[in-house]
Amino acid sequence: MRNVDLVVIGGGPAGMCAAVSAYNAGIKSILVLERDAALGGILQQCIHNGFGLHRFKEELTGPEYAHRCEKELRELPVEIQCGTMVTDISRDKVVTAVSPEKGVEKIYAKAIILAMGCRERPRGALNIPGSRPAGIFSAGTAQKYVNMMGYMPGKNVVILGSGDIGLIMARRMTLEGAKVHAVCEVMPYSGGLARNIEQCLNDFEIPLYLSHTVTKIHGDKRITGVTISKVDEKMQPVKGNEFFIECDTLLLSVGLIPENELSKGAGLSLDNATRGCIVDQSRETEAEGIFACGNVLHVHDLADYVSEEGEIAGKGAAEYILGLQKKTEKISVSGNEYVRYTVPQFLSSVEGNMKIYYRTGSVLSDVTISVVADGVVVSKQKKKKIVPGEMQFVLLKDGDIPEFTKEIKVCIDKN
Amino acid sequence: MKKYLTCIVCPMGCELEVEVDGEKVVSVQGNNCVRGRDYAHTECTDPRRVITTTVKTKDGRIISVKTDKAVPKNMIFECMDFINALRPECSNGCNVGDVLCKNILGTGASLVACSKIQRM
Amino acid sequence: MFDVAIIGAGVVGGMIARKLTACDMKVCILEKESDVAEGATKANSAIIHAGFDAKAGTLKALLNKRGSDMMQDVCKELGVSYKRNGSMVLGFSNDDEKKLREIMENGEKNGINGLEIISRERIVELEPNIADGVTCALYAPTGAIVCPYELTLATIGNAMDNGAELMLDFKVERIEKTDVGFEILSDEGTMVDAKIVVNAAGLYSDEIADLAQCKSFSVHPRKGEYILLDKEAGMTVSHTLFTVPTSMGKGILVSPTVDGNLILGPTAVDMTDKENKDTERDGLDRIIAESARMVKSADIRQSITSFCGLRAVGDTGDFIIDMPSKGFVNVAGIESPGLSSAPAIAEYVAELLENNGFTLGVKVDFKGEREPMKGFSELSYEEKNEIIKKDPAYGRVVCRCENITEGEILRAIRTNPKPRDLDGVKRRTRAQMGRCQGGFCSPYITELLSKELGIPMEQVEKTGKDSYILSGRTKEVVENA
Repeated sequence: MRNVDLVVIGGGPAGMCAAVSAYNAGIKSILVLERDAALGGILQQCIHNGFGLHRFKEELTGPEYAHRCEKELRELPVEIQCGTMVTDISRDKVVTAVSPEKGVEKIYAKAIILAMGCRERPRGALNIPGSRPAGIFSAGTAQKYVNMMGYMPGKNVVILGSGDIGLIMARRMTLEGAKVHAVCEVMPYSGGLARNIEQCLNDFEIPLYLSHTVTKIHGDKRITGVTISKVDEKMQPVKGNEFFIECDTLLLSVGLIPENELSKGAGLSLDNATRGCIVDQSRETEAEGIFACGNVLHVHDLADYVSEEGEIAGKGAAEYILGLQKKTEKISVSGNEYVRYTVPQFLSSVEGNMKIYYRTGSVLSDVTISVVADGVVVSKQKKKKIVPGEMQFVLLKDGDIPEFTKEIKVCIDKN
Repeated sequence: MKKYLTCIVCPMGCELEVEVDGEKVVSVQGNNCVRGRDYAHTECTDPRRVITTTVKTKDGRIISVKTDKAVPKNMIFECMDFINALRPECSNGCNVGDVLCKNILGTGASLVACSKIQRM
Repeated sequence: MFDVAIIGAGVVGGMIARKLTACDMKVCILEKESDVAEGATKANSAIIHAGFDAKAGTLKALLNKRGSDMMQDVCKELGVSYKRNGSMVLGFSNDDEKKLREIMENGEKNGINGLEIISRERIVELEPNIADGVTCALYAPTGAIVCPYELTLATIGNAMDNGAELMLDFKVERIEKTDVGFEILSDEGTMVDAKIVVNAAGLYSDEIADLAQCKSFSVHPRKGEYILLDKEAGMTVSHTLFTVPTSMGKGILVSPTVDGNLILGPTAVDMTDKENKDTERDGLDRIIAESARMVKSADIRQSITSFCGLRAVGDTGDFIIDMPSKGFVNVAGIESPGLSSAPAIAEYVAELLENNGFTLGVKVDFKGEREPMKGFSELSYEEKNEIIKKDPAYGRVVCRCENITEGEILRAIRTNPKPRDLDGVKRRTRAQMGRCQGGFCSPYITELLSKELGIPMEQVEKTGKDSYILSGRTKEVVENA
């Protein structure tokens, strides 16, 4: 049995930044558990650039960004244990972990930070009809083969889903000599960043079919092609509009899901929209002393925001351990019909500046975003355009929210 | 003549409206910062991209790499062929930031390691 | 020369192989695919039927009852999961109730114990998630669930450990009768001699019978599509739920699996193409609609995969088990309840051989017990730590969703019948079978297979020949130039 003040589960950007922040806030006994052999999480395989513009004020690749976080962490006397899989956590903060070196181990923590990241939705979740041949990969799996292991999944590629990983892999496979024939997106807009459509697809003249999906997979042993159909507003395939593309590889980039098996195992309730835990402004879950940050909480677009959230959770956990939390009555945070979710979902303090992150469910132009505290508008901001693929936030300054507020609403209204 | 571009400098992805007169950029609209204006100028006159890829070391390991400067867009595949043929000697390990090759194909860009590998 | 060559490494072929190995016969199993359990065995409802629906007096009725009675002990010996969860046939009207009574009477004729018609009140007590429209049900407490490929792997593995030989990628192309038995030739020119041939070739059993000039029946595929839901949905129901059967089979069922998932299906579409295992939108939609009629809250968003199996439907309406020519045994048309009947079919075949003058003997050193392949996850921490100390690979979790360790995967790769591809590892260990469907772990498992089998990564396959996973290396174009 081992006792530590803080266990951080996950050594990606969220976990690393959380550990650094908790240390700087006064916690000296910290253990970071990482299942992979190295720190960095998924950033290790995201070899493209575009990371760190906010945090480091320069454009870094994923591994470079991870390296910077790791350097900061390694300078501190924080214990890091890689190759260690956490199999269970409990609400009384007992962490069960397994590793080749230490076997199964129970660790008693004063606080836990969940930073396990997210995983990709598999094909099964889509129920695409057809056979089940080899050659169908989630984009991230293909990314691992290509960027980490040096293998090509195939030569003629179709990509389903225009999430950022899909777009990035379209370019990556093209650079490595494969022919990417099409990217299909079931929605009428792309889920990825506009810059990625430009530099990953348009640069290489890869067609993007919006409102199209793969309706059949062909091939017995290895995929030989896909049938692609146009879909209507209800996302149902329109008959008579199908076409066939010959390919040996289908990459799926159809969404990411926070990896909350441990949270669920501990009985923490999840937000239906984020599929992550419900948290307050310090990223503390409903269970006292258990915090969550990064993609395990909600899927982010940018690593910079993941790091930022790690720092918030690290500081929050430190305050909890040191007994410095000052909690008020719970203030609920929600959005109107155009707001798909907010993080945090509630506040337990109104002190200090805070950001409320939100995501919309549709593409909207010329909107006003207002924050309403018990019916009173406390902040207002205009935006030319907001899209589901880009996370937004409103900044609330210390004093913006009156004391004894019960309910905060983030409202998107069309001008 | 008007050209419409999506700025790729940062994740905001500003939609730019660029007025060009032959080779010359007359005006840029839609950008939220000065980098957007600069992007519009180079994109209309001399488009360039940073290449991020991997390189195989002499001992067969994979390192992620990038060009430290953008290279002409029309040289991307030429540069890829060049990088793919490289087999840098890294048996003593390699650190983030190590230059693995200078001045790729005369572009002035160097190939820089983005991940580290241990000594063999 | 073998005493017996069994064509087909499904659950039926496997059970016969194990039975005859125990009888002290030299057995070989010939399988056209690259692994066992690749046909109808792989994709079916995984149910051990109580035995009430097969028409009284048929071979199906006889062997279902016998097989269902034997199954628990067989599973225990082989160290595989078996759960007697009971089943219910749901009715939605008075008409349905009449039909349920008829089925119950038939079941009683078959000797099935414990059958009763229960009211909605009682159903709700047993299954709180039952849908509103359900009014009555036939309850069969002896219905059970197993994992069909786990069972087949263990059966054939156990037969192999006792001396049986498994020949994979052996597609039978010719069968010649000789003075002492048969010569069986594969499409790649390999020849096997055997005194007895057992045709357990599933969908292809009519073609195999034809090769031996013993064709008196035909078999056609009936497609069954399924949807598998996440373990989180596994608790939706605890019993296996059917609706009133039709001429096309037992209808769509909703059932927990022994591994804790929820299975929905199958559809039933008669086909001609024996290789078409495509799932179709219409079929999947029907499963979703039909299961919603049965249970309230099967959340289809929890779906982790859909798949399709082809049932081998014979043209006689009953199992076809006979010896049309001395030494050549047909075991054909083994559609549902084939899995439930499999151990009884094996005994029946042994009896058939003995009745026809073959001496089978008894193998004195036959060891029927097999170490369970699963179970590491169920050990106590102390027990796990003992194992990890000896072999640290058991401390390295490879499949995060199902918590499967490298140690378990390596053990599976080294155990009879040895897997040769990713799907083989998946069926043996459950690694890649969880909610991410191999997204994280398949690259690691590909590496493990490459090392263990001594083949390059590019030659590791997903499921049998030509199902390569990787097309080549990066940077290789230039390397070759």
